[in-house]
Amino acid sequence: MTKKRFLDIAVPAVTGLCVLFVIVAIGAIMINIIVNGWSQISLKFLTSAPEEGMTAGGIFPAIMGTFYRTIIMSLVGVPVGTLTAIFLCEYVSANSPLLRMVRFAVNTLAGIPSIVFGLFGLGFFVQFVGPGMDSIFSAEGQIQWAQPNILWASLTMAVLTLPVVIVSVEESIRTVPHDIREASLALGATRWQTIWRVVVPNSITGILTGAVLAVSRGAGEVAPILFTGAAYFLPNLTHSLSDQFMDLGYHVYIMSTQSPDVDATRGIQYGTTLVLLCLTFTLNAAAIILRYRMRKRVNA
Amino acid sequence: MATPATQPWSGKKKNRPMEFIGERVVAGVAMFSLVFIALIFIFVFREAAGIFLDDPGAKIRQKASSNEYETYGDDAVSTLGVAPVEQRVEQEEESLTVGDLLAPAWFPVSNFPKYGLLPLIWASIKVAIIAILLGAPIAILAAIYTSMFAPGWAKEWLKPGIEMLAGFPSVVIGFFALIVMATIFQNIFGYQYRLNAFVGGAALSLAVIPVIFTISDDSLTAVPKSLIEASLALGASKWETVFFVILPAALPGIFASVLLGVGRAMGETMIVLMATGNSAILTLSPFDSVRTMAATIGAEMAEVVFGDTHYSVLFLIGVILFVFSFSLCFVAEVFVRNRLMKRFRGA
Amino acid sequence: METERHQIVTRNLDFFYGDAKVLHAINMNIEALRVTAFIGPSGCGKTTFLRCLNRMNDLIKGARHAGDIHIDGKNIFDRDVDVVSLRKRVGMVFQKSNPFPKSVFDNVAYGPRVNGVTGSRDVERIVERSLNQAALWDEVKDRLHDSALGLSGGQQQRLCIARTLAVDPEIILMDEPASALDPISTAKIEDLIAELKQKYTIIIVTHNMQQAARVSDYTAFFLLGELIEMDETQKMFTNPSKKTTEDYITGRFG
Ligand SMILES: Nc1ncnc2c1ncn2[C@@H]1O[C@H](COP(=O)(O)OP(=O)(O)OP(=O)(O)O)[C@@H](O)[C@H]1O
Ligand SMILES: [Mg+2]
Repeated sequence: MTKKRFLDIAVPAVTGLCVLFVIVAIGAIMINIIVNGWSQISLKFLTSAPEEGMTAGGIFPAIMGTFYRTIIMSLVGVPVGTLTAIFLCEYVSANSPLLRMVRFAVNTLAGIPSIVFGLFGLGFFVQFVGPGMDSIFSAEGQIQWAQPNILWASLTMAVLTLPVVIVSVEESIRTVPHDIREASLALGATRWQTIWRVVVPNSITGILTGAVLAVSRGAGEVAPILFTGAAYFLPNLTHSLSDQFMDLGYHVYIMSTQSPDVDATRGIQYGTTLVLLCLTFTLNAAAIILRYRMRKRVNA
Repeated sequence: MATPATQPWSGKKKNRPMEFIGERVVAGVAMFSLVFIALIFIFVFREAAGIFLDDPGAKIRQKASSNEYETYGDDAVSTLGVAPVEQRVEQEEESLTVGDLLAPAWFPVSNFPKYGLLPLIWASIKVAIIAILLGAPIAILAAIYTSMFAPGWAKEWLKPGIEMLAGFPSVVIGFFALIVMATIFQNIFGYQYRLNAFVGGAALSLAVIPVIFTISDDSLTAVPKSLIEASLALGASKWETVFFVILPAALPGIFASVLLGVGRAMGETMIVLMATGNSAILTLSPFDSVRTMAATIGAEMAEVVFGDTHYSVLFLIGVILFVFSFSLCFVAEVFVRNRLMKRFRGA
Repeated sequence: METERHQIVTRNLDFFYGDAKVLHAINMNIEALRVTAFIGPSGCGKTTFLRCLNRMNDLIKGARHAGDIHIDGKNIFDRDVDVVSLRKRVGMVFQKSNPFPKSVFDNVAYGPRVNGVTGSRDVERIVERSLNQAALWDEVKDRLHDSALGLSGGQQQRLCIARTLAVDPEIILMDEPASALDPISTAKIEDLIAELKQKYTIIIVTHNMQQAARVSDYTAFFLLGELIEMDETQKMFTNPSKKTTEDYITGRFG
């Protein structure tokens, strides 16, 4: 066999093996977590609080904490990011230096480590906005807002997801064909009407995809909340924006590295991981389906 | 219907108050979020600047927050075995010198704290190198397969399949590394510490692979069809075309993807926090425990007194990470934009 | 003929894309309630001129103009002109049909809705009337709520005309409305134009000399951004005053 012939077979084989390796790695993680986590899942596990010094019981507070913080994050981050993207696409001329600068900043921001966003949340919200709010809203000398809580953690997350939302919404707005914008304007629609009746409805799947992706990224992210609001254990559910909260990802981290008897709670750790994984994969799957539908429509 | 011919038309500007307000609101929100982007730069730097300033304001802030500190998260503090807070508060604050920061030891929590960043920086680099050495070849080769060799139907599935890896929260990868990978690797290599730079780097490579894969695949697919067909028409085989035509053309994109992978590896927190063992020692061996910059922030920031030296140093580490990933993005962007364009134009 | 009225008057209109000057000092009078055809070789500036008349060129970056366009006595380039109501008054049918990816009904209803017609009765009435005017009603009345993108090319173009009519403009600009259509659809659109000129001033760009001769009252011949000649269609096609016009019309152009 000549060397050439050999490489004709070897190159696809080796590269194919790399693909296989990655797929196997994904499968291994999933199977490991599903197999070990599945036995843990029960109604009680999902609906009750940790008990006996966190060695038994469920993860209900963590589920709710993740739920709340993800909701608050989305309520802030998605609209703000979407409006920003609309502004950048529709109101800033395409080759203005402002736009180039902003785009660069947004791209860079998307690459900044999430832990740095956590620092920002701490430095800005907890240490700067918080004391300001306390001096206005709280009784003299009382500290309510100048400490880590679910609001600051969620807002930190919102800032973290902002670039994700902006980039993907911008992308989908740019796919709206120019000629239907012109058609709208030629019919005597204002720019505002054109945006809300033609541009946004035609990029709505893209906007949703971006939103869901951002939310799924935010839901699984732990680093930025380590010191902006997550708590190890709370006896009560979070019921105010100035409370700390429990969180699924943080719970996995803390239970598997910081608790006194790590091995005894392995089941809880796996169960929590499985719940977290289900949550983020559901969101990701939603994003993939949306994107698939969008692509089909664009090609049609 | 057409108006009578003689009537002159006055097309005066109309007021549309709702739209006027709406447009201001959109512009306002956009400005607000852009200001936030600027604030990130400012606030991270501002808190780090405390190291080099003897800022009386910082003292007051620190007193105020130290009271409050003890009132929340009691459980966390005691279980985590943090050094008593009062002790550190009383300690006289002195501004650090650059020499202190370059010392080879990191002992932030002691009566004579040492804030040498070298072990942390080296740890980040070490783990990133391991992650890239393991992850980049796999990701790039996988991208070559999906973009060049995979049959059409498989392409549709393989790409999103591999990108699923990016959907794993990093804490899940960290958990898997901590429990499964660490044990397996220790059994294979028989090293001393179960958690170390190698385990962390290997786990991190799982996070880096989708980054490198996606961008490499994009830039491989972006190579013009005409170039590929020309090569095949000249009698080159598929792999020759891949190696001598497509890869060189896509190289800038692949290079950029690796840079972004490095950025991801340096900045990732949860995986290294869970899988590297977290001891700040300065050694060459890949099988020793390490404490990376990101992990240090993640592990220590929650227990630090707001405003004191330790706090500021942690922010300084954040600044280093920030500047580092910023430069990487910058280089990657410039590189891709300029080189890729030039190559495709045949210059 | 009854007394004519110059509805559109352009004076020394120059137009530039960046540094390229594509219209040179166009002076033209366009009569109300007549059909005016623009002819000329590709790239001579017909579309550009047309798009000046409803200021669609405002959207193009780096484009600028010099000179005036008066519509019903008002200079449309004046600072105080409301571009939105100008475009309502001067409707446009594009060279390439561009229906919205919405239902047939919503396409036609779009204009009235953005212009503040709210009652669903009123909207329905306008939609039906416009589709009738565009000779499309019978073909689509059973599929009003299907996607407009499912219509044939000729139907789509007539839908775009109906959409324009629904806004109730005074002037309609048509940029080669029949260029991509089969002879039957083309004939339908030509009949439509003959019908519409009772109520609307129409300007139509066409590459088809027979079409220009059939449908228009006036014809303007453009060449390289200049208006070479403009006259009554009959005269233009039988006895043009310029040699180049004759060459172009008779196909002896090279
Ligand atoms: N957006 C633009 N930017 C720059 N130049 C343009 C633009 N649109 C048109 N041009 C140029 O202006 C000139 C006139 O173009 P225009 O589209 O008005 O020609 P036309 O007479 O409509 O041609 P056709 O019959 O092919 O439609 C051409 O040379 C064209 O290249
Ligand atoms: Mg044209």
